[in-house]
Amino acid sequence: MADVKKQATREAYGEALAEIGAKYENLIVLDADLSGATKTSVFKKQYPERFFNCGIAEQNLVGVATGLTAAGKLVFCSSFAMFAAGRAYEIVRNAVGYPHFNVKIAATHAGLSVGEDGATHQCNEDIALMRTIPGMTILSPADGNEAKACVRAAAEFYGPVYLRFGRAACPMIFDDNYEIEIGKGVQLKDGKDVTIIATGIMVSMALEAAEQLKAEGIDARVINIHTIKPLDKELVVKAAKETGAVVTAEEHSVIGGLGGAVCETLAAECPVPVQMVGVEDKFGTSGPANEVLAKYGLTTENIVAKAKLAISKK
Amino acid sequence: MDCKTKKELKITACKIRMGIIEAVHSAKSGHPGGSLSISDVLAYLYFKEMNIDPKNPKMENRDRMVLSKGHCSPGLYSVLANRGYFPVEDLKTFRKLDSYLEGHPDMKGTPGVDMSSGSLGQGISVATGMALAAKLDGDAFRVYSIMGDGELEEGQVWEAAMFAGAKKLDTLCAIIDNNNLQIDGCLADVNSPDPIDKKFEAFNWNVIKINGHCFSEIEDAFNKARETKGMPTAIIMNTTKGKGVSFMENKAAWHGSAPNDEQYEIAMAELNSAMEELNK
Repeated sequence: MADVKKQATREAYGEALAEIGAKYENLIVLDADLSGATKTSVFKKQYPERFFNCGIAEQNLVGVATGLTAAGKLVFCSSFAMFAAGRAYEIVRNAVGYPHFNVKIAATHAGLSVGEDGATHQCNEDIALMRTIPGMTILSPADGNEAKACVRAAAEFYGPVYLRFGRAACPMIFDDNYEIEIGKGVQLKDGKDVTIIATGIMVSMALEAAEQLKAEGIDARVINIHTIKPLDKELVVKAAKETGAVVTAEEHSVIGGLGGAVCETLAAECPVPVQMVGVEDKFGTSGPANEVLAKYGLTTENIVAKAKLAISKK
Repeated sequence: MDCKTKKELKITACKIRMGIIEAVHSAKSGHPGGSLSISDVLAYLYFKEMNIDPKNPKMENRDRMVLSKGHCSPGLYSVLANRGYFPVEDLKTFRKLDSYLEGHPDMKGTPGVDMSSGSLGQGISVATGMALAAKLDGDAFRVYSIMGDGELEEGQVWEAAMFAGAKKLDTLCAIIDNNNLQIDGCLADVNSPDPIDKKFEAFNWNVIKINGHCFSEIEDAFNKARETKGMPTAIIMNTTKGKGVSFMENKAAWHGSAPNDEQYEIAMAELNSAMEELNK
């Protein structure tokens, strides 16, 4: 994998904003003093008159985004996931979600791969928080090209969207022309013994896990879920029916995230053994991203082990 | 302000107060105290100040009003009904199942409501975003937002105030209903936001202090706000909570409780008698 191109999804986010700036003349980008890290600075450089820094005030960041949207602007507002989804949760619920405003909340630095900054900045709860808001769409891209496709799709889509980007560079899976359809999962590999349903940086690990399982004679299907809400139930149920066992993989708590969404669907429509790879009801810790991910079991090896466990419970 | 205009506004405000009492009595719940204290400023905003059209509630460059203290929805609904956005009779459906008059304002259901609100501190923040949009579009419209004085205890208010001051949003006018009472009692006994004027001045706002029940002062304040360039305006209105209904005046208990049948009759009799005086 040494020569595989890598890019952090936050880098792609900044580039995508700048790319769509000309198409959407009403596009306004807001940040909360983290524009260098969230990469909204890339947009700012190109369109300084359409960028506003709200300072370290995430509640007002979301409030201002709402007001601009109410007056006809297309707004992407950014901070770290911890603050955009966490600190500002109630504003997102009541000021964005309840009136169903066309606000795009683009959160970076989601999950453990924040690395050295540690637990206070590693948000493993944002998907769970956002999923509970009626009408909220949640996008969680697996690589830079999918991140760009998500930004384009979110801009075109009417309604509140939470976009989840990561800090660390991750392997490119998709090509430059790749586009997504909101609400449609993507089957990356067919298989009949077990299905690995992954999102974000766990998708490339899921593909590696499928290769390792293949070497052991296990035929794993791999599904990439870029839209966690609304979940592509049809694709998930079909996979459960055809393979009889499921593993979910996400850089998020096992409570309320992709695994939760998949289990809610399968419990009602096609109960099969499900194993989850994710953060096991714990806070994160400081360390290099890869080491932190490994410590918490967010690894190819753990996906492989959980796949075998799921199959054993058929 | 000429006598005729002042009289008309007083009559309108009295009608708004009657609608408030009708609504909360019918719902057997709601927030009359703070609705009555803003009735006069609501009458001025919706009948004199704002560029709006009840026949076209979503008119593109209309002035906006965000009721940041959303629990005073009876006041907002009553002024909207009296201005012709929907029938006054519908105020009696307030807070009832399947009514379009929710306990707290819902912009998706109620004509004339510019923002859903109710969680304190959020409305002024959204109004700030609207005011920024107005600036970007060449001062296309003005944005008004009514806050409670107790609401100023919310941190988000000051995040918004800092942003509006720093970005020189002169399209924004905040109105603070300074009636000195919140649910748990006097502001001073709960967690005083005083001095309110100095705080807004420190955040680079133009501050105007008025008697919120005097239409001449209200008119002067909004005129000055419109003429002030380079900074947002905060109009701090000294008001009486429960204004216009004797037994509700200056009592924190009427922040969020409805009159029973007997109290309703007394309140309406007082307002009817005030109306008769005005019509003499």
